[in-house]
Amino acid sequence: MKKMEQSDQALVEEGMEASIKKKSKISGSSINGWLFASPWVIGLILFYAFPLFSSIYYSFTTYSILSPGEFIGFSNYKQLMVDGIFWKSIYNTVYFAIFFVPLSIIIGVALAMLLNMRVKGMAVYRTIFFLPTLVPHVALAVLWMWLLNPGFGLVNGVLDAIGLTGPNWLGSVTWSKPSLILMSLWAIGQPVIIYLAGLGDIPQELYEAADVDGASWLQKTFKVTLPLLTPVIFFNLVMGAIGAFQQFTLPYTMTQGQGTPDNSLTFYVMYLYDNAFKYSKMGYASAMAWILFIVIMLLTAVIFISSKRWVHYQGK
Amino acid sequence: MQPKVKKNLLTTSAHIGLLIASAFFLVPFLWMVSTSLKPVTQIFTYPPEFIPNPFQWSNYIEATEYIPFFTYLSNTAIITVLSTIGVMLSCPLVAYSFAKLEWTGRNTMFIITIAVMMIPMQVTMIPLFLLFNKVGWVGTPLPLIVPAFFGVPFSIFLMRQFFMGLPNTLRDAAKIDGASEFRIYWQIMLPLAKPAVLAVGLFQFMNVWTDFIGPLLYLTDESQYTLSLGLQQFQSQKGTEWGLMMAVSTMMTLPIIILFFFMQRTFIQGITFSGIK
Repeated sequence: MKKMEQSDQALVEEGMEASIKKKSKISGSSINGWLFASPWVIGLILFYAFPLFSSIYYSFTTYSILSPGEFIGFSNYKQLMVDGIFWKSIYNTVYFAIFFVPLSIIIGVALAMLLNMRVKGMAVYRTIFFLPTLVPHVALAVLWMWLLNPGFGLVNGVLDAIGLTGPNWLGSVTWSKPSLILMSLWAIGQPVIIYLAGLGDIPQELYEAADVDGASWLQKTFKVTLPLLTPVIFFNLVMGAIGAFQQFTLPYTMTQGQGTPDNSLTFYVMYLYDNAFKYSKMGYASAMAWILFIVIMLLTAVIFISSKRWVHYQGK
Repeated sequence: MQPKVKKNLLTTSAHIGLLIASAFFLVPFLWMVSTSLKPVTQIFTYPPEFIPNPFQWSNYIEATEYIPFFTYLSNTAIITVLSTIGVMLSCPLVAYSFAKLEWTGRNTMFIITIAVMMIPMQVTMIPLFLLFNKVGWVGTPLPLIVPAFFGVPFSIFLMRQFFMGLPNTLRDAAKIDGASEFRIYWQIMLPLAKPAVLAVGLFQFMNVWTDFIGPLLYLTDESQYTLSLGLQQFQSQKGTEWGLMMAVSTMMTLPIIILFFFMQRTFIQGITFSGIK
């Protein structure tokens, strides 16, 4: 028996060696690799690399759909610096990001911790929390326009019932952005599920050890849960920040592309879209796209650099 | 006695917290369904009433006549299904080469793939539009379908993480039996990766079903519109048809809820495998 096993083993090894030799002779594995990856290599060139580099070029031209345009150097960029709506759209976008991103993290983590508790009916709770994420964004925008309607909306109806007078949410410059933040927070399900997955990965022994030491719930939260969740928080922070700067569908649908009232809902990407496809100023819009790209890159870099101070990886 | 009381207190407060938060997430959704069943007069009553009186089921029929609902539905379905098939075919294949094959340039290509995820869609949007315009695809659903067959970086990344977790021994054994690399992939590795492939498919389905900016850019003829674009048509100069719009929103959300309900295990598993740590 033992002898046979040994000879089998030898045969296997021989076979493996032979196949490795054969492969390396024709460098088969490299060919296979590129072959398997070929759809993506083509996709990368066609749908990412080519557009990325053409976009740099366009941003220095007066490109429109009808004419190839001419090279004008930095003119588009210079013109943007004195474009009032451009700055307004930046203000709106940054305002949204500054409030929405931290709120979504605090509320998201809190919800995930609630949904991670061992109580009955959790499957139902989890489905409820994920429900809004499944509502198409256009439908979501429409639904909240109706909820926040100053005349007939549910929100002001509820406020009225408890003796408060609700504002003209989407119709007032002061309240339009907070309204948008509120409705964006409603569809927070995706990061919550990612936090949940992260919470599931925290080793149970750590809690048991903390229990032995007589740690309180608060201590466990701040000394065990949150530090071990920081890698996931970091991931959601990067994704959330990138997403916040690309806000488009909600304000576009709600204002039918107008950004009303008084451009208070004109977001950066909306203005970019208008320039490209409404005014056919493709070059100008490409310059805007590149400014956005650079801002997102810088922001991501800042988050990455700061992460060394606050993100704790297990086993490090 | 003391710890038991404490535990009960904790469970009770958890339920209270969950219920309060649930209200915030559930009520707007229920309000959508309820509005879709209300007669116009009740939609505009103040203070608002929750229960439709009477239940106006005809909103659903009227909504499908107000816009060419079934045309939009089939347009949406065709684009969604085809691009989902595209992603499920291309992404595992590419991911497998990143996870299990050794080839010169693999690491560089993988780093580029990760970097590409950071490019905002708006940067590539204009040149892509001009490219598709040049080849005559603007005004057809092709720009919304074809790219999926060439891979989506996020899904490739997700699939790669999954393949990395599969043992190499299976592949080695099959290799000794003389199986070709493609056969190993197709008959051994791909069936094992089924949950991840389904998760990637579900992500794509959800994203494309609800996509707005893509159809807005590329579909010029009303006969090719998707439901996302169709929803806008309930808003006009004369005002908004709230009941009808909510009926279409409900009908649009329902298929995804059903899909999510039956696949949530796979879905959450898929995210867990995304290796975000």
